[in-house]
Amino acid sequence: MEALARVLGFLPSLLAAMPLTLFLTVTGVVFGLLMGTVTAVAMVYGRRMTAWPAKAFTFAFRGTPLLVQLYLIYYGLGQVLPGTFIRHSFLWPYLRDGLWYAVFALSLNQAAYNAEVIRGAILAVPKGQIEAAMSVGMRPFTILRRITLPQALRLCLPVLTSDVIILLKSTSLASTITIMEMMGTARMLQRQSLLIFEPLIAAGLLYFAVVVVLTRVMTVVEYRLTLYRQPARPQQG
Amino acid sequence: MDGTFSLLSWGDTGWSDDLFWGIVTTLKVSVSAYLIALVFGAVCAVGKQSSWRAVRFLAGIYTTVVRALPELLVILLLYFSIASGVERLVKALGLAGETFQVSPFWAAVVALAFVSGAFLAEVLRAAYLAVPLGQIEAGLALGMHRAQILLRIVAPQMIRHAIPGMGNLWLEMTKESAIISVLGAFNDLLYVGYRAAAGTRQYIFFYGLTAVLFLMITAVSVWAISRLERRFSRGYR
Repeated sequence: MEALARVLGFLPSLLAAMPLTLFLTVTGVVFGLLMGTVTAVAMVYGRRMTAWPAKAFTFAFRGTPLLVQLYLIYYGLGQVLPGTFIRHSFLWPYLRDGLWYAVFALSLNQAAYNAEVIRGAILAVPKGQIEAAMSVGMRPFTILRRITLPQALRLCLPVLTSDVIILLKSTSLASTITIMEMMGTARMLQRQSLLIFEPLIAAGLLYFAVVVVLTRVMTVVEYRLTLYRQPARPQQG
Repeated sequence: MDGTFSLLSWGDTGWSDDLFWGIVTTLKVSVSAYLIALVFGAVCAVGKQSSWRAVRFLAGIYTTVVRALPELLVILLLYFSIASGVERLVKALGLAGETFQVSPFWAAVVALAFVSGAFLAEVLRAAYLAVPLGQIEAGLALGMHRAQILLRIVAPQMIRHAIPGMGNLWLEMTKESAIISVLGAFNDLLYVGYRAAAGTRQYIFFYGLTAVLFLMITAVSVWAISRLERRFSRGYR
């Protein structure tokens, strides 16, 4: 019982850190989706000079641990940037904070995973539709914007959903580069209270709750975006 | 540039030998954790098919909870609890003397395996369900034992369906093993890279090199997996 009370006692300070975890997740999802789509398009339609860098990017970011990417970006840019003009620019106050390096690393990582998924989905869009669009005289970019991508993104929605959950879990690694999101806060509480398990269990409860809510939200989003695929409701009257 | 490359000499002054043993440690951890994860995954997959409700429920809890929590959190929780828990258990049962200690290596390996096992269980379950029920019934009709059916009919066909998922999880495992560097108790590849980078202040160089070495592990694994996949699906193409 006492242990339970201790776990509950840690919840408020961890809840206070939850917005940061969610912020990292949301920025990762948004930038990851944008960059991932661009990368996927480059991989599918690009000439050699555009397709090749896109493929190298996804291979590199999917083939190395996220932790290595975080360290490389955080410590690596930290080694280079102070020597450049950025040191004296308006960006510097932001770049001294580890947060933006974490956002950058998580977005790139997410983009690489998304790109591979979206690439597969683009290839799965029926060819007849693209031929139909061409025959009514659409330009390639219009076809991409109005025919291919809307369908491709809907096709890969389930996989993108599970990638969002993986991203949410990955944000915990940002705690290793001094960011006080939920995991970082839990480890700080460990050191302060000299308790090993209770802060981690409290954080685990919160992560679990977020995952459950997120899964529900994504189910609704998926349903709303794929109404055309849902069975028709029985007619009233 | 000369100065940077002298950092890579073999022996006390350079980091090549440390990085080499780092790769060996990472592979050792990954392989052992993967094999143990197979046991966890197989037991759990069988549990999910069990006719006992309680067993199904426990297996469901394991896969749901572990897959919803960040790897770092589960590994930190288990790393500290496995060692002390097993030590207490073994001493209470009188299997070993008072000096008995669980090595941190195995605690970390089991923690990693526990995480991966939950994902492997789903892969194995899906592969089992992909074997047509009629074949199992045919085996029963011929008077085969359940063990015989499993060994001669189900397992050979399961492997073919399971290999893509198992391959992905192996790639995940090699990358996930980098998380144990956070524990700071093992000279795995990332921890060696971390020490080298911090010691020489050549962050980009050493983290870049660590990333390249991880990429090499991935590239070799991808090649090996595609070979295995081809071997096990011969006769189907």
